[in-house]
Parts: sequence; C-alpha cells; structure tokens
Amino acid sequence: MAEKKRIKSNLITYGIVIGMYLIMEILMRTGNLSSHLKGLLVPMTYYAIIAVALNLCVGILGELSIGHCGFMCIGAFASAIFSKLTQNALPTPIRFFLAFVVGIAVAALFGFLIGIPVLRLKGDYLAIVTLAFGEIIKNVINAIYFGVDSKGAHISLNNVMDLGMEPDGQVIINGAMGVTGTPRDANFTIAIVVLLLALFVVLNLMNSRDGRAIMAVRDNSIAAESAGINVTRYKMMAFTISAAIAGAAGVLFSHNITSLTATSQYFGYNASIMILVYVVLGGIGNIRGSVIAAAILYLLPEMLRGLNTYRMLIYSIVLIVMMLFNWAPAAVDWRNRVKHKFIKRNA
Amino acid sequence: MALLQVNNLSIAFGGLRAVDDFSLEIEKGELYGLIGPNGAGKTTVFNLLTGVYKPNEGIIRLDGEDITRKNTIEINHAGIARTFQNIRLFHQMSVIDNVKVGLTERFKYSGIEGVLHVGRYKAMEKAMDEEAMKLLKVFGLDSERDVLASNLPYGKQRKLEIARAMATSPKLLLLDEPAAGMNPNETAELMETIALVRKEFNMTILLIEHDMKLVSGICEKLTVLNFGRVLKQGETKEVLDDPEVIKAYLGED
Amino acid sequence: MSFLVYLINGLSLGSIYAIIALGYTMVYGIAKMLNFAHGDFIMVGCYVIFTICSTLSGNTFVGIIAAVILCTLLGVTTEKVAYKPLRGAASPLAVLITAIGVSYFLENLALLIFGADIKSFSSVVAWQGLSFAGGDLKIQGVTIVTILTSVVILIVLQLFIHKTKEGQAMLAVAEDKGAAMLMGINVNKTISLTFAIGSALAAIAGALLCSAYPSLSPYLGAMPGIKAFVAAVFGGIGSIPGAMIGGLVLGIVEILSRTYISSQLSDAIVFGILIVVLLVKPTGLLGKKIMEKV
Repeated sequence: MAEKKRIKSNLITYGIVIGMYLIMEILMRTGNLSSHLKGLLVPMTYYAIIAVALNLCVGILGELSIGHCGFMCIGAFASAIFSKLTQNALPTPIRFFLAFVVGIAVAALFGFLIGIPVLRLKGDYLAIVTLAFGEIIKNVINAIYFGVDSKGAHISLNNVMDLGMEPDGQVIINGAMGVTGTPRDANFTIAIVVLLLALFVVLNLMNSRDGRAIMAVRDNSIAAESAGINVTRYKMMAFTISAAIAGAAGVLFSHNITSLTATSQYFGYNASIMILVYVVLGGIGNIRGSVIAAAILYLLPEMLRGLNTYRMLIYSIVLIVMMLFNWAPAAVDWRNRVKHKFIKRNA
Repeated sequence: MALLQVNNLSIAFGGLRAVDDFSLEIEKGELYGLIGPNGAGKTTVFNLLTGVYKPNEGIIRLDGEDITRKNTIEINHAGIARTFQNIRLFHQMSVIDNVKVGLTERFKYSGIEGVLHVGRYKAMEKAMDEEAMKLLKVFGLDSERDVLASNLPYGKQRKLEIARAMATSPKLLLLDEPAAGMNPNETAELMETIALVRKEFNMTILLIEHDMKLVSGICEKLTVLNFGRVLKQGETKEVLDDPEVIKAYLGED
Repeated sequence: MSFLVYLINGLSLGSIYAIIALGYTMVYGIAKMLNFAHGDFIMVGCYVIFTICSTLSGNTFVGIIAAVILCTLLGVTTEKVAYKPLRGAASPLAVLITAIGVSYFLENLALLIFGADIKSFSSVVAWQGLSFAGGDLKIQGVTIVTILTSVVILIVLQLFIHKTKEGQAMLAVAEDKGAAMLMGINVNKTISLTFAIGSALAAIAGALLCSAYPSLSPYLGAMPGIKAFVAAVFGGIGSIPGAMIGGLVLGIVEILSRTYISSQLSDAIVFGILIVVLLVKPTGLLGKKIMEKV
C-alpha cells in the first residue's frame, strides 16, 4: 500500500536525522570531534532546514526562488532584535522560544507580502524577482540604523548620530555593522529539533489536501483551476510556509553567533544559489535528499580545508560532473542500459 | 428549464470573431455533441463556458444561475468540469492523487489539521480514498491507483482525466475531443465509458468531437459550428443528413 | 552641471551593462538558459588584458584582441562541454546549476592563478577626454569610448541579425528550435555562434568596465553580470533593443541614486525598479507576451 510506504519513507527520513544527531553527540561526548567540526554542526543543520524550505518552493510548488536567504536574513534579524531587547527581561528558554515565534512570523509575513507580486510572474521572471527581493532585503538592512531609549524607538537611514538618542539609549541595528551582542542560545540539539519540526510540517503537508493542491498547481495550473483549485491561494500558502521555515533557519543563524551582519556571503544571491545547489543535487521535490545533500555539501568543502586553495576548484568540478552525470539525457540512457544489463545477468 | 442555457455568445480576438452569436440549450441528462471543421471555434466555446475567456457579448446560465462573468474556479464550483484536447494531468502525482485533487473542495479540513494529521484529517482522508476508489473502479483504473499519471498508457490517461473531472461532482461535463489520438479499439472502449458515466451518474455531457462515428453513435443532439457560427442545430440524424453540414465537412466541389 | 556629469557617467556604466546584457539576452533567447557564468567571462577577459598589458607585450590593442579571442573560445567550449549535454534534460534547473558550477570554477581558477589581492588595471583608453564650458564639464575619454562602443555594437548586432543568413538562423532557432531544425538550420552551430558572440561581447565589456573601475579581483564579474541580467530582463529577455534600453536605464538609475539618495541603497533601488517594471509588464519592456494555449 502506498500509504504504508509513505509512512515508512517519512520515518526513514526522521530516523536519518536522529541517527546523525546521535552519532555526532556520541562523538562529541567522547571527545572525538574537533572543535572546528563542532562549530559546523549548527550551521549544517540550519542549512538543511533552509534547503527543506527551498525544496518546498522549488520542488513541491514548482517555482524557482533564488532569494530564499533573504527570508533567512529577515528571520535572523527580527529574532536577534527581539532577543537583544528582552535579553534581561526574560529567562532564556522562554526568550528563545519567543525569538522563534517572532523570527518565523516576521519571515512568514514578508513571504506573504513578497509572494503577492512575485507569484503573478512565471518561470525565469519569477526567479529573477526573488533574487531582486533578496538583494533588496540585504541592502535595506545594511542601511538601517535602529535604536531604543527611554523615549521609544528611533530609526535612521544615515548614521548612528542621526538617531538622536538619549545617553541611556541602546543601538540595536548599527547599519552595516548589524546587530551585536545577541545571546548565543542556539545549540545542536535545538537545531535538530527545529529540523525535525520543519520536516514534519513539510512531509505532512505533502500528504494532505492542501499539499496535493499545491502539487497539482505545480504539475498543471490550468487543469488545477478547472478542477476548482484556487491556484493563487495555494501558491501563496506554499510560498509563505517556505519563507516561515527559512525564517526559523535564520533564528538559529543569529543565535549561533554574537555579531550579525547582513553580508552577501550569508544572505546574498550567491548564498541562495548555494542552497539551490543542495536542493537540486538532493533531488527536486525529494525532501530527504535536500537534508542529506545539505549536510554533505556543507561539510565537504569544510572537510577539504586541508587542500585549501584547491578545495573550491575541486568542489566546482565535482558539481559540474555530478550534474552532467545525473541529468544529461545521454548519461541517463547509459545508466539505464547498464542497469538493465546488470538485472538481466542476475535473472 | 434547460441545464445549460447559452444565449448569443460572442468573442473576438483582434479582428477575428472566433465565436459569433452562439446559442445552445442542453437539457438535464442529455449527451450533446459539438462538431465542426478545424478552427471552427469549438474549443473556444469550451473556454468561454469555463471562464478561461470572457465573452464580449452573451449570457451563460447553468441551472438558472448566471455564470457569464465568473472565473474558472467559480465555474467549476458552480458545476462545470472539463477535460482538455491535449491531456492535462498532474503527471508527477499518482492516479489516486489526481482524483483526490478533484475531491479537494468536497472533503474539507483545515490546513492545521492537515499539517499535524489530527482532527478531521484521518476520517476525511479515508472518505476521500473511498470516494476516489469508487470513481477509479468505474473507469477501470482501480488496479493502477498508485501508478504515476505520466506512466499510464494514453487511453487510460484520457479516462483518468474524465475521472478527475467527475470527482468535482459536476452538473455538466465538458469533454474536449476525448477520442483524439485513439485507435478504433480505444475509441470503442471510450464510447462505452462515456455511456457508463451517463448511466452511473445521470450526467449531462457536452462533447467536442471529430470522430463522426463516435458522435453519431452516442450523441442525441448536435450543434455544428463553422467559422465561429452555428451552422445547424438539432437531432443527430437530422443534422448529419443536412446538405449544408455535409458541404462544410467535405468542402465544395 | 554636476547633474550632467553624473548622467553621462550613468550612461557610460549603462553602456557596459548593455553590452553584457546583449550577450545574456542572446544566449537566453536561443539556448533558453540563464548562463550564470556569463559575468565570469568578463572577469576572464579582464585578467587576460591585465596579464598581456603588464607582462607580455604591453600593447593594449593586442591585449583586447587576445581577450576577445580567449573569451570566445571559452564561451564556445563551455557550451560544448558543460551545457550541450544537458539539452533536453528532465529539469531546466540542471543546466542552471551547471552554469553556477562553471561560475565557481572560473572564479576559483582565477583565485588560484592570480590570488585574492586586488590588482589595479590601467585603462585601455589613453585619451584624456573632452572638456566643455571652460573646464566645468569634463568628460573622460573612457566614458566617451564606452558609450560609442555600445552604440556601434548595437548597430552591428542588429545588422548582423537581420541582414545575414547566420543572424536569420539565430532568429529562427530562438523562435522554434524544432522547426528550425526541420528547415535545415544547423542548430548546434547556431547556438555555438551565439555563445561565441555573447562571450566576445563580455570580453569587450570587461575591458571597458575595468578601465572605468580599475580594480581587478576574481569576483569582479559577478555583480555586473547579475545587474546586466536584470537589465536584460527589464528590457524583455530575448530582445536586443530591450537589453540596450535596460542596460542604459539601470546604469543611469544606479549612478543617480548613488549620488542623490544613498550609496548603500542604490542596488536596492535598481532591483526595486526591476520589480515595478515586471509587475506592470510581466515580460519586460519589449518582451513578447507569452500565452499558454488551452
């Protein structure tokens, strides 16, 4: 039965994540993990989360986004601001939980607002507009100065002095210097829990009436409309959920470092493209694949650090070769032929 | 009162009047054929009836309700379902999921229940599965329930498209050249399927067809379109014997 | 008077974007793919000129010719090796990701050969320029040369496409690859030719870009590449006049907003304008409307 198969497949996905977590925890507890590698665990997990988010958009909804790190950026900043403001007012667990609520909600709100114009477009035009929004988010955040004092909130696009704050004031966003002093609340365990929740949401969604409607829109929007499916509504739903999950990754991002800046390296289109590479290599629409690809491809260049100067060159060649091997029609034919031969010989 | 009542429908693209002063009445339970040479405007009539295009003039009423200005989704909810000349399935989804998409508006539960798999989710999904299987059995697709739609043979893809349309529980079913690309055997099987749908669901059907044999075999009434205008309308036999219709089909000598 | 200077500077930057965008738009129109590595072809062109000018002959002209030839070869080879095998792949994303791989490859190869430190580039235009209104209005030589070059390229390209057999073949392939093949057009050759022209244009754009902004780094092509792509989309991707207009508008908007609004926000404004244009005209200023037949 397909239903049983689906449940089994989902359980395998959760199992892989939990297994990975246990292995890492054991290695860590027994002191077999270098501090460099330890530092990579949380980033690896939030990249897996945003890969799941992007796969919801690209693989399940079928719309190419190359600005998803923009939503991660929004989640990161919204939650960092919240945590900084409430740092002394709330106990850590409650504060961190609320930081997730804030980061996810604000990212979802932006996903919704940006989705309204973006989802009216098609194909590559849609993709370039997501890129544009991602860049705008990054640039605007870099230009914002924001502070709070006894008189309330101040905002400026020029400089800190322009905020005109009282001496007791606290600068929250210092333009391109970003937000500093966010509490480092994130750890590997919490990151894994968030990843499991993201997987739970997306895998369950895919197996519900909303999820089927979203996939119907992907496969044939004209047929979906004529079957009574509200195409706009389902596109918005998938895009907003995807942005919300990317926001959750952002919360982990900002609470794993003390100084948060909206740099191109983490939030520009290049970063978004890197996530897209995870999604495509993991399999478009294959959620489990995204998690595995994100983990391997994030760690791979880091592991190759010994080769230093050559590592990114090797990475790029591996990427090109893998794409050709996986997708080129000639390679696909060849693989099928080999497979058939193998099966025949065994039969 | 007629189930579908179309009065003086017209649409022009640029200077071309693709459909001109088109009127049609279909009674409940009828199997009605819309025929005509290539480019006569048959599919355009379907697109007007389903809200893909908005007419420049004319009124469309379904069961007394004016649906002229409604969009495709609202028209489906009002009770018109259709298939397409070039098959449009959800090709990366399984056969049963294709049908369940058609059931989306009939079996409701909230998004939260869907994501958490709680509340009405289990009961509704079960009911949807049963309803979908019932439909698939009618079309002889029940053994292929978990096959990807794109992996079905051509004739079965046509049937699945009809099954999906039926899942929205329409009052009127529009079939756009269901026999296109089929061999005589498949066509004969399709005729049986259409007859079965009519019997099982007491369905009213409007069908576009090129295949004269299929049309004369199952349709009670026909409308012949030529250059966007109605050439002849009436009982099948009477229409097919009309010299003007023969001329439109065979050309003037 | 200063406004006029900024406007002309914007026109000059816009001309560079336009030249890059022409390559982008031609490749997209014919191969139906976003060549993300296009911006890196610019960088390759710059390094070739830099190497030849500073070490070998020292002759700028030789440098430019060498860059054009090398970039053309690079473009054609990349297409043959990395993109052509993916024609007809199950997902259009496959070739996009491969293009990204090529982009990473070129950037890291340059990093390996030339290092990460920024090298200074000496302008390929020796001419100091003109001054008007008793020296109040000075226009640099490189600015004038850039604008003129883009105009010449546009005219030559239009003539090539509409007056030659190869150009007509490009239009046919862009319209319908299958039909073009049935008409006896060599589709592979036409696509190769398109990549050759696009890459040659990237080399020229590189020479002009680095003359105006003389700092060389392995990543210098990425942002202009993206901006030029935005310009191509803005003008209606696939349209040659559209790419030209898009490039000019983008360059002017970027310089003016950097000057009068905020240097921090100029990119945001450029991208914002793209969004507004696409919302009003979903296929760009001069792009063809795509309608799916039901």
